[in-house]
Amino acid sequence: MINASLKELSAALAQRKISAVELATLFLNRIERLNPALNAFITTDREKTLAQAQRSDDARKVGAGDTVAFQSKAPLSGIPLAHKDIFCTQGWRTTCGSKMLANFVSPYDAHVVERMATAGMVTLGKLNMDEFAMGSSNETSFFGAVKNPWDVSRVPGGSSGGSAAAIAARLAPAATGTDTGGSIRQPAALCGLTGIKPTYGVVSRYGMIAFASSLDQAGPMAKSAEDCALLLTAMAGFDTRDSTSLERPAEDYSRDLNQPLTGLKIGLPKEFFGDGMDADVRSAVEAALDEYRKLGATTVEVSLPNSALSVPAYYVIAPAEASSNLSRFDGVRYGYRAPEYTDLADMYAKTRAQGFGAEVKRRILIGTYVLSHGYYDAYYLQAQKIRRLIAADFSAAFEQCDVIMGPTSPSVAFAFGAKNADPVQMYLSDIYTISTNLAGLPGMSLPCGFGNNNMPVGLQIIGHWFDEAKMLNTAHQYQQVTDWHSRMPEGLA
Amino acid sequence: MSLNQEGVGRIARLARIELSADESVATQDQLNDILGFIARLQAVNTTGIEPMAHAVDVVQRLRPDCITETDRRADFQAIAPEVDGGLYLVPKVIE
Repeated sequence: MINASLKELSAALAQRKISAVELATLFLNRIERLNPALNAFITTDREKTLAQAQRSDDARKVGAGDTVAFQSKAPLSGIPLAHKDIFCTQGWRTTCGSKMLANFVSPYDAHVVERMATAGMVTLGKLNMDEFAMGSSNETSFFGAVKNPWDVSRVPGGSSGGSAAAIAARLAPAATGTDTGGSIRQPAALCGLTGIKPTYGVVSRYGMIAFASSLDQAGPMAKSAEDCALLLTAMAGFDTRDSTSLERPAEDYSRDLNQPLTGLKIGLPKEFFGDGMDADVRSAVEAALDEYRKLGATTVEVSLPNSALSVPAYYVIAPAEASSNLSRFDGVRYGYRAPEYTDLADMYAKTRAQGFGAEVKRRILIGTYVLSHGYYDAYYLQAQKIRRLIAADFSAAFEQCDVIMGPTSPSVAFAFGAKNADPVQMYLSDIYTISTNLAGLPGMSLPCGFGNNNMPVGLQIIGHWFDEAKMLNTAHQYQQVTDWHSRMPEGLA
Repeated sequence: MSLNQEGVGRIARLARIELSADESVATQDQLNDILGFIARLQAVNTTGIEPMAHAVDVVQRLRPDCITETDRRADFQAIAPEVDGGLYLVPKVIE
């Protein structure tokens, strides 16, 4: 049952082979047993989880007269999932991985949380993450780092590291994540999972604690593209409470899963296949491309000439937006307040000094600097102009191909402490993922083999704006002829 | 462009983050590393390029000017560090 796909879990629930309460209990017991070694969850609440599972079982009983109708209306009902702790969850502690919000109990649900609950999915708990989603290794969490289930001496990636580790260890069949510069795709790659960051604006940001608002986007993480398609169909949708939510007709992201890939044109950016990538990652990615050629796809070299500028542009834009967004944490309306201070200004300064961790402070300071008088044009405006160049590169590349492929991360999961003394080295972990956020494009990662020390390697697929269904189709077809996505770390049965 | 100690202090004050003397020295080095890294943007010719502030071009929606929120003051104040009689308490600002 722990390795079952969402479709299989859905069928087992429909056939009454298992109840939602039994399924939730199975995963809660695994969390209780295995989480202490992995630290993937920050908060669990058995009572709340089982009450929600019971409501799904009750709804199914009411719908018993017409099982087919219930199943088509609520295919995910009764299936457990866990939320990244960046999503406000009413009545649950929502920490964002920070001391600042360590005791914050949200008075409302994020749109994503609401949508998944409406679909009947059962919340298993809240997942660990880099503090305020700022990190690529999960080492910045106030609640301690998450361990990679494939090798507990290595990072799970970040910032959605708890989401990735929980699924890889089969503590949850699915999870939510957010991606500002690679935070769904990079941990998915490092933990051997499938995850998709949709086009900016497809999923509402309401109730998702803001990091860099013009880049932040939520998406699902799971074992397969088929699972992700089901989850994204439930998650996406217009929401008036997010001013950048796009008003588009609802989509069934599973609709094209079974289309053949004959004639698919895959663009390979030459900048993604240069010296930056480790040899083990390169050979796994190239083997995957061979597999795609066997499936009837062709590859064509494309160029993203400004992609080397994406990381520095991102480290102007994201900190600038973060410094503005995080100004709300001042110890007045919610969150941490310093115990001692002399006056109002001192209360702000001490609250923020004590409430934020080192990486968050660093990014706020950088953001404050690039927005400050005399530097705004040189840094912030210049970065925004380069952002347009990066987006234009993609538009030109997509005239030659249907999807773009490359590595998700330049290396497999690295050891704890390997990069956290040097912020710039850590930032370069996201070199292949950041440009899609800047352009607002959808990107996904799927497992394509194993590299050094038997650690998973991720293949990245970048799609044209709103081409999620095609990307999921592209990933699903690969997963029909390979089994990397169904591998699981040893010792966790 | 590199930051000296005085510059770090000015940015920290603007950001409302207290830095100890030790932190300030370490912060100076790290910020300068990052600023060195992003300095390469300066070399790019962007004449005539329109800044891109957002990933998608959307027009801000308008809605009828009417009350849409319900009163949840009690819920919101229940999570505040210090409140009294429906007010958020902060240190005295006006003598």
